[in-house]
Amino acid sequence: MNNIFAYDFMIRAFIAAALIGIIAPCIGTTIVLKRLSAIGDATSHSALAGIAAGLMTGVHPVLGAVIFSMAAVLGIEAVRKSFKNYSEIATVIIMSTGIGLTAVLSGFVGNTADLNSFMFGSIVAISDFEMILTVGLSVAVIAVTMLLYRELFYIAFDEDAAELAGVPVKTVNIIIMLLTAITVSAASRIVGALMVSSLLVIPVACAMIIGKSYKSTMIISIVFAELFTVGGLFASFYLDVKPGGSIVLIGVAVLVMLLIFFRRR
Amino acid sequence: MAAKYEEVLKIEKLYFDYSDTSVLKDVNLTLYQGDFLGIIGSNGAGKSTLIKLILGKLPYYKGSISLFGTDIKKSFPRDKIGYVAQKANSFNTSFPATVKEVVMANLYSKKGLFKRYNKQDEERFYEVIRRVGMEGCENRLIGRLSGGQQQRVFIARALISEPKLLLMDEPTVGVDMQSVTEIMNLISELNRQGITIVMTNHDTPALVEVSSKLLIFCSHGNGEFVDRANLTMEQINQIYAGKRRHNHE
Repeated sequence: MNNIFAYDFMIRAFIAAALIGIIAPCIGTTIVLKRLSAIGDATSHSALAGIAAGLMTGVHPVLGAVIFSMAAVLGIEAVRKSFKNYSEIATVIIMSTGIGLTAVLSGFVGNTADLNSFMFGSIVAISDFEMILTVGLSVAVIAVTMLLYRELFYIAFDEDAAELAGVPVKTVNIIIMLLTAITVSAASRIVGALMVSSLLVIPVACAMIIGKSYKSTMIISIVFAELFTVGGLFASFYLDVKPGGSIVLIGVAVLVMLLIFFRRR
Repeated sequence: MAAKYEEVLKIEKLYFDYSDTSVLKDVNLTLYQGDFLGIIGSNGAGKSTLIKLILGKLPYYKGSISLFGTDIKKSFPRDKIGYVAQKANSFNTSFPATVKEVVMANLYSKKGLFKRYNKQDEERFYEVIRRVGMEGCENRLIGRLSGGQQQRVFIARALISEPKLLLMDEPTVGVDMQSVTEIMNLISELNRQGITIVMTNHDTPALVEVSSKLLIFCSHGNGEFVDRANLTMEQINQIYAGKRRHNHE
């Protein structure tokens, strides 16, 4: 059997996966508990449009994903204001826009294999530049999450009370959205834009079954996300399957086992 | 009330409309430190609206609302205000948060952005938990507590920021009968300790019993501000029914 760590591309993939395994649940915990899980989907589809635009214009695809997904989350906030009592409409409109743009722009992308690798993830394609970009974006997400830990908790638990206590709710909500956009973009290379939203949600769903506090839920969700991403890379390498698919399927399998085990108890 | 007590809340000529519907008309009242204001009236009379106005959640109104001598449009003294809402509106019971996490969160009004909790904050937490009778529940998930216990936690959350004025909007809704009595006793005790209380409650007799002042939204739509001590229950009922007017000041 080949030694998985004998390859530089695998070392890069493991480092990137380890970082994504931290940042995805950091931001996932907040969006799941705020019942905004669908935003991950809308953002990832917009990120895919940014990737297609990047491949078309020569801008780095991950940077394209960052720009488009940030525009998407700001767009969700803008549309949400017009439909105050039906805020989920905003998510669907932006997701549809992302899918539509991807469909149109993909027609102008020369090498569709590149776009496919971003849709379903790839472990061989991570360049040094993407590695540095992933590290930079991950450090930014981890730093902001730690700095705003109390604010994120209070807003997720009770937004009205947080506002009354003086938490700058609107600003923090926009920061949450931008962090989601960055996380989705950073993870799109290895997990795949179509599956990245599940990495925001599944580890948190697993952690919510056994977590005994907000803090422990966040820590446990990071442990699960690391298990899924690293396990997914092993599966991808040895079984020759797409890493995004293996990461998500391991996550779903663990979630199902936890649900069965804890329901029996 | 003697002038030596600090003026906590002053409302003058307050009018508020929702679209074309007039909700509050010419509400006037003044509360001093240690007062207990019970707001009574039928559903839709404007009780909760008045609480929201005092909290600064509804910015468009006529008249003035001052807290601790300053108009809330100029400055809102959030570090002196505590708020307890109806339990059912307050949170999602499957949220994975402990009692300690929920209560400590409200230290934000004292500490502000980026500040970490210190030893004094921990001591303050244990003090308010004792005050509301929830010792031993610090690390329990709030969603696993009974309705009455959850509401005690929310009172503790309001108390941890050391408020001088506590606003409570139907705090006993969704709480079992035994806990209602305990919570009302707890609120009365907080008032005896010097915290000014403004409270709405669906159980009018229970609220009238503990209040020192009343704001009665009667059938003709105006709010009558009265001193509880000067009135019998029958007179209060007459004001409530719009058969009698009372000028407090």
